[in-house]
Order: sequence, then structure tokens, then C-alpha cells
Amino acid sequence: MLFFIEAVISGLLAGVMYALVALGFVLIFKASEIFNFAQGVMCLFAALTLAGLILGYTPFAEILHTLGLPSTWMPVFPLWLAIPLTIAVMIGLALLIERLILRYLVNQEPIILFMATIGLAFVLEGIGDLMWGSDVKPLDIGLPSGASDWMLDSFDIYVEKLEVAAAVIAAILVVLLTLFSQYTRIGRALRAVADDHQAALSVGISLRTIWVIVWSIAGFVALVAGVMWGAKSGVQFSLSLIALKALPVLILGGFTSIPGAIVGGLIIGVGEKVAEIYLGPFIGGALENWFAYVLALAFLLVRPQGLFGERIIERV
Amino acid sequence: MFYRETGDFKTSYAADAQIFPIALDRWAFWLALAFAFLAVPFLIDDYWEKSVLLPFMIFALAAIGLNILTGYCGLVSLGTGGFMAVGAYASYKLMTEFEGLNIFVIVLLSGGITAAVGVLFGLPSLRIKGFYLAVATLAAQFFLVWLFNKVPWFYNYSATGMITVPERTMFGIAVTGPAAPPWATYLFCLVLLTLLGFAAKNMVRGRIGRSWMAIRDMDIAAQIIGVPPLQAKLSAFAISSFYIGVAGALYFCVWFGAVEPTEAFGINQSFLVLFMVIIGGLGSMLGSFLGALLLVVLPILLKNLMVDAAGMAPVLARHFEITIVGALIVFFLIVEPHGLARLWAMAKERLRHWPFSY
Repeated sequence: MLFFIEAVISGLLAGVMYALVALGFVLIFKASEIFNFAQGVMCLFAALTLAGLILGYTPFAEILHTLGLPSTWMPVFPLWLAIPLTIAVMIGLALLIERLILRYLVNQEPIILFMATIGLAFVLEGIGDLMWGSDVKPLDIGLPSGASDWMLDSFDIYVEKLEVAAAVIAAILVVLLTLFSQYTRIGRALRAVADDHQAALSVGISLRTIWVIVWSIAGFVALVAGVMWGAKSGVQFSLSLIALKALPVLILGGFTSIPGAIVGGLIIGVGEKVAEIYLGPFIGGALENWFAYVLALAFLLVRPQGLFGERIIERV
Repeated sequence: MFYRETGDFKTSYAADAQIFPIALDRWAFWLALAFAFLAVPFLIDDYWEKSVLLPFMIFALAAIGLNILTGYCGLVSLGTGGFMAVGAYASYKLMTEFEGLNIFVIVLLSGGITAAVGVLFGLPSLRIKGFYLAVATLAAQFFLVWLFNKVPWFYNYSATGMITVPERTMFGIAVTGPAAPPWATYLFCLVLLTLLGFAAKNMVRGRIGRSWMAIRDMDIAAQIIGVPPLQAKLSAFAISSFYIGVAGALYFCVWFGAVEPTEAFGINQSFLVLFMVIIGGLGSMLGSFLGALLLVVLPILLKNLMVDAAGMAPVLARHFEITIVGALIVFFLIVEPHGLARLWAMAKERLRHWPFSY
């Protein structure tokens, strides 16, 4: 029984990490109906940038080196400076994406936009590697790590401190986002755009500005998720693959619902862990590659719009 | 001036309904086909075979398959890599279980098996639509690759987990295995591509293709006018998977000879084929070929340009290549979201009026 509880707790905490990534997807999908496949690579890019700044890597060092220019002049940034700088980079990225891509693809079909974000994912992956090199970088920003002694002593349950920290940070993030969207002017505009593009335009909300803001917020969420995952397993290319983990979370929770992303993440996290422990030994292990998808698929067959998605209404 | 339909009179329905109604197109097509069959086998060498022509033909087949599903029937699939794996493993099991079976039959049978698997994974499409379906097909992708990794029966309990193709011959000439001459593998793929290409073109022009397109454009409306969505969607999944399965079988038997599922049939393969279809043109047979050609040739060109000509370090060049391919995808989508096939059609339209554009 204790073992089961331990599995559920660790599943819940892993689910929070998935939900963090899924959150970025939902934000962008709600505001612009773009299925942003690049969210995972944005996590990687943000984490790479932060790690690069903290460790004092020089951007584009390899290219500079090839060209014979000085390639080791970057100072080591302290954390309090590196984080705002990374956020600034993500905002700049959002501006560039709006300016160079989204602006030209207004009113295109969703699949075209989806493909554009896959192209964007390639570009970001390439640029991330070119800028900071493709070696695995440790990302230590002072988050607690190791097992929680208190849980181990009093309940005999193994809980990773880092994952608890991730859960707390995710909760703070969701509260902040909710407050932001409920009580600020920009938040109201965001909700208006998510509700109805045409109506939002007609009351004078600039779609382009909103898109930049949404992509910036998604970039910030990506940074948080990237830092969590980076602290867990180092900043490396495989970080961008967590986007694939977030997809079943999305279809489970519905593309348009923030609570859906959280609940979906928790369900997937727990389901995966429990299946791995109780089903894995019978059918050969390594279930986590596909179990989440099958679980999500089973949910979808009952509710095609996901748990919390908006009802799909079809008209001829 | 020279590209005209004036004076090209049709006197029968058959002539009116042919694939290339303009005489010049027809001649160009037959010439290209004759060149591919009669001249290329004498010119081909190992490099052209393995890095350009085989990949192009195999991906063209896969792209036709995905185009049937995504372009004609409107069902986005990200499971292409998984279905290619089914084709590859089906052909391997058939080859090793039935020693005497002809390789041509084996490839077609593997396509058939993939079609059955495709129908199975296509069942959710009756209820799920759009991006939800796309993500659902990822279940097929990951599950199938996992299956071929985990169940030793599929790779005949080999120690490495890889499958290696045994040598098989057509008319006494090896077409699989390391001893196969380039021209033989080339012709083998070309025959299949030509046959299946014609079949696909005629299917999408015929009744079944129209039912797919009706479903794509609006499934409820299609249902109201009497197109059964169950049959249309599942037949699209079956036929699309058949093509993808054949492509997967060729990929394994003829092109690589030895594969390992995670690398060869991963999610990247699915994206690659989807890129080909979208850049080539959704719902266009020509587009499948153009997209496959572009995405096969482009990385080779970039690599030659950066590593061999500019002397860049291969790792650095690889990063540049990813960036450039990604940027080009975005660029093509911005310039012409309907793909290369639309650009080609517009160029032909210009040519028809040239030099008097009134």
C-alpha cells in the first residue's frame, strides 16, 4: 500500500512537470488557435540561454572560433541578472516570431500554422545549438534536490525535493496567470481575444500586440518548465522532446483549458507511473513511451473534445 | 507560344478524361518516364542510387500515401514512421518465414498487412477530428515502435535487435542485400512507384477519391449527400497505409538492408513525410513527388555546400542544416501555403498566356 502511495505521489509530481509544458501550449492555442509544436524547443532554448549565461558561455562561440574572432569574452552572470536577461531574450523571440512568421500567416488554415511552428522548432533547435553548443549543461539555480527527509522519516515515503519545489512553483505560476488574466487590462484583452477574434478586433484590441504578449508569456512559462526539467536532468537536446509528453496531457485536458492542462497532467503522470509499476513487468517495460497516448486516446473516445475542452459544435 | 491547348481536339470521353489533357504535358511525361526506365539504369552509380534516387522514390511513395490520408481525406496523421515500420517488419517476417516467396509479392503483401494495421488505428478517426486525431495517431507511432523493440518475435530473436535483409532475386538478379547492383534496385523501386503512382492518381480521380474529398471539405455535408464516412475514412486509412507500408518495406529491404526501429522509424520520419506533403502541396499527386524531391536533395546540397565547399566542421554544418531547413519550411509556407504544386500550376498558367498576357 505504501508502495502504491509512493507511486501515486511521484506520479502526481511528474504530472505537474508535464502540466507546466502543456500550459504554454494552451496559452497560445487559446489566444491564436495555433497549435504550437515549438513549445518544447522553446523550453530547451530558454533553459539553454539561462544555463549559458550562468556558466559564462559565449554565444555562437564555435562560429566565432571558426572565423578567427575572440570567442571567450562573456562574463559569468549572477543568477539575479541572468534570469531577467533570459526573459528578455524570450520576449525578443516572441517579437521576432510575430514579425517574421505569424504576420504573414494570418487567416491560414490551422495545419499550415502547425507546420510553420514545426519549422520554427527546427530553427530554434539549430540556433540554440549554434549559440550555446550541443554539450549537456548542468543547470543549478539553487533548487533543493535529493529526497525529502521529513517525508522519509515520518511516513517512510520517498519524495524528491525538486519535484515538490516544481509543484509549488507551478501552483504559484498558475495563480499568477489567473490573477493576471482576471485583474489586468492586458489580461482582459487576452480573454477577449480568446473568446472571439472578430469581436476583440472591433473593440480596438490589436491582435498583433496580443500575440506578442501571449508568445512572451508562453516563453516565460517555457523558461520555468525548462529550468525545472533542466535542473532534473541537465540541459540537453532531449529536453525538447518533453513537448511530446505534453501532447497527451493536452488532448486529455482539452486544448483550450488551463485547469484541463493541470488535471490532464496529473492524470497522465499518475497513470503512467502506476502502469509502469503494475503493468510493465508483464509486457516488457518502457511503457512510458506510449502509455500516455493510449490513455488519452481512451479518454477521447468518450469525450472527443477532451475533459475540459469547449464543446465542438458543427454546422453545415 | 508553344504551350497551348488550342487545336488539341478531344473526340472521345476517354481522351477528355485522361490524366494529362494537354498534349505537351503528355509528351513530357512519357519522355521523362522513358528516360527513367531506359537511360537512368545505364547511368546510375552507387552514390546516386543510395543517396538520391532510392530515397526520392521511397519517400515519394510514402508521401503519396500520406497525401491520400491528409491531403485528400483531411485526416492529419503523425504515425507515418510507425506504419513504415509495420511495412518493414512485415516484409522481414514474410521473407524469413516463407523463403521461396517472390520479393515483389512480399513487398505488396507487407503493404496489405500495413493497411490492416492502419484501419485498426484509423478507427478513432470516426469520432475524433483535427489536432486531437493528429495527437491520437502519435499513439500508433510510439506504440508500434515500442512493439518492434520489445517483442523479439518480430526481429527473430537476433542479439542486436536489428533486422537484416536476406538476399532475394527477381529474374535471377539480386534486388535486396549488399550484392544487389544499383540499377536492379533502382528499377525494382521504379516499377513499383510507377504502378502505384498510376493507381493512386486514378483512385483520387475516381469515385473513391471524390468521396474522400467530400469528407475532407465537410464531413457532415458529405454524409447528408450520401457519402458514408465510415467507408470513406477507413478506406483512406487502408490505402494510405498500404502505400506507406510498401515504402517502409522498400526502405528496409532495398535501401538500407538493416534497420533498427527507434532510429529508422522514429517520430522524425513522420514529420519528414508530413513536411514533404505540405511543402509539395496537400491534395496533389505531383506535390508528393516535388516535396519528396526537395527534402531529399536539399540536405545533400546543403551538406555539399557547407562541408565540402566551405570546409565547415560537420557538427557545425549539421546545426546550420537544421536551422536552414526549418527556415526554408517557414519560408515556403509563407510564400505559398498550397505548396510547390501550386507554384508549378501558376507557372504553367503564365506559360499558356506567354508572351501575350491578355
